[in-house]
Amino acid sequence: MSFSWRRVRAILRKELRDYRRNRFVIGTMAAVPVLFIILPTIQLIAANATNKALTLRIGLSLLYMLVIPVTMPSVVCAYAVVGEREQGTLEPVLSTPVRREEFLIAKALAAFVPTLVIAYAVFGIFLAIAALFAHPVIVSAIFMGSHVLVQFLFTPLLAGWAIWVGIAVSTRSTDVRVAQQLSVLGSLPPLVIVALMSLNVISESTALAIGLAAALLAFDLLAWRVVAAMFDRERLVIGGRG
Amino acid sequence: MEVRPPLVDPEATARSGSAEPTTVTEQVKVPVGPGPDGSRPDAALAVEHLTKRFGDRVAFDDVSFKVGYGEVFGFLGPNGAGKTTTVRTLGTLIAPSSGSASVAGIPLSAKNGSAIRSRISMMPESPGLYVRLTVTENLQCFAGLYDLDDVPGRIGRALRAVNLEDRARDLCGSLSKGLRQRVALARALLNDPAVLFLDEPTSGLDPVATREVHELISSLREQGVTIFLTTHRLEEAERLCDRVAILNTTLRLIGRPDELRQQLFRRSLDVRLRAPLGDPGDVLGAVPEIERWEQTPSGYALIVPDPDLAAPAVARALVRAGADVLSIAESHHSLEDVYLELVNEDVEAKAR
Ligand SMILES: Nc1ncnc2c1ncn2[C@@H]1O[C@H](COP(=O)(O)OP(=O)(O)OP(=O)(O)O)[C@@H](O)[C@H]1O
Ligand SMILES: [Mg+2]
Repeated sequence: MSFSWRRVRAILRKELRDYRRNRFVIGTMAAVPVLFIILPTIQLIAANATNKALTLRIGLSLLYMLVIPVTMPSVVCAYAVVGEREQGTLEPVLSTPVRREEFLIAKALAAFVPTLVIAYAVFGIFLAIAALFAHPVIVSAIFMGSHVLVQFLFTPLLAGWAIWVGIAVSTRSTDVRVAQQLSVLGSLPPLVIVALMSLNVISESTALAIGLAAALLAFDLLAWRVVAAMFDRERLVIGGRG
Repeated sequence: MEVRPPLVDPEATARSGSAEPTTVTEQVKVPVGPGPDGSRPDAALAVEHLTKRFGDRVAFDDVSFKVGYGEVFGFLGPNGAGKTTTVRTLGTLIAPSSGSASVAGIPLSAKNGSAIRSRISMMPESPGLYVRLTVTENLQCFAGLYDLDDVPGRIGRALRAVNLEDRARDLCGSLSKGLRQRVALARALLNDPAVLFLDEPTSGLDPVATREVHELISSLREQGVTIFLTTHRLEEAERLCDRVAILNTTLRLIGRPDELRQQLFRRSLDVRLRAPLGDPGDVLGAVPEIERWEQTPSGYALIVPDPDLAAPAVARALVRAGADVLSIAESHHSLEDVYLELVNEDVEAKAR
């Protein structure tokens, strides 16, 4: 039997239905965007055209928004595996013909799709607010250079990394909260690199951004292979006891 | 308190104490049904010397048995006997430490996991439903995971089988334990499994819900579904199963419930008298049909090879001796007696 997208869809659909009725997940998905629209907007308002630290402020506000693809998947993914085990649904799912690749891709997509939608939406709203209300100098500073590119490129790549870290942690964990905290921690390193660039510690350029993105993509793919190799039905079913 | 005579056949217990399980029928009678592809009639489950260890702890050891298509096979054992671990092993969720097995005609191996899982279904100890999804949504998810065609038709049939059509739109979180169990059963029926594994399907259910699940299993049995049922409820095994195996880490006994009883317990007559005999040794010792006898509070327990032959002879001897006979009856042993006898033996063996 080969890889079946039907099985991936079955889990994905179930997951999205479950989110919709899960107060905790809905709460996270609602609170995160609100927070990460307010914070960058404050930076934007605090900045003025003559401020020397203008680039720093813009860098900071864009960075705030990249925190979304790092934190949200960690929180949701930890739930996706540990939460299923707590509900006792992991065993029935794993006793169907589902393959590990299908299971993992489905779980990953279930975190990836909402994260991407929300992160891009927040960025879109931020750009709209900036374009409408910010000083023209700030606006051109935002739209100039590689800011927008960085944001579009790094959102899915950071999310990808956070997802694999989240799934890896939660296949080995028995407690949702511990899993969430560890995942967030594990998702931070690539953000640091992006931060150094956004805050102009390493000078930002399109070439550098694309280079970093390619490196992060390679890491994402590697992480996927590692997580797939680590996947162990037996361990998942019998939990931390083995 | 009534003192029971030693009714256990010492030979049978000696045998069951050995590594080889006592097989009641010389040859395991495997009911013949259609094979996996409708052709070769083969065993639905064939297990040989299967062992699973978790580190130093042995979950089950050197277990061998066969289950035919269409058979309802009971897997009995006390807590911690290894029933769930056996089900999970045969369901390819965990790998055996040694031994081999074939499930629904497919050899058990890591490579065949997905193929085996598509031919069987398992109902775990706890129903494991998505509580924020409706009954139908739960079943839709699993129909997708089994890559099934005609999803609405199959869901409809599964719900009808468990009598849950009117709850299809309810959230699973709002259902009672018994209803959840039924949803889990419906889920296990979706893919028309060649072997249906039920792990303690009635644990924690009240008598009414238990009876409903029993009726469901009976009707599945009539439809020829092969069922592997673990339980520690003896009356359940006795009522529902064609054959039972008693597991306590190792397989202790295997056979039809009535055969197990006969095999393990010598047949005996219970004699009740108004007053004890003056000299029972003379009276009972003179009846050749009696192998052994013991006094009980209300009379005597007689070990006899053939109760039908012995009862009239015993009656005549008693009347000749002037005894007031209240009753002479064959004593019956439930599967529970068999089970307790075996399990107690194991407890005693461990204490030694
Ligand atoms: N993941 C595990 N790690 C270590 N030991 C385990 C694990 N799972 C089961 N065991 C041990 O294996 C033995 C068999 O357990 P199992 O759950 O199969 O028993 P069971 O017959 O299903 O019992 P019950 O009637 O309580 O459900 C027990 O001693 C148990 O402690
Ligand atoms: Mg069990």
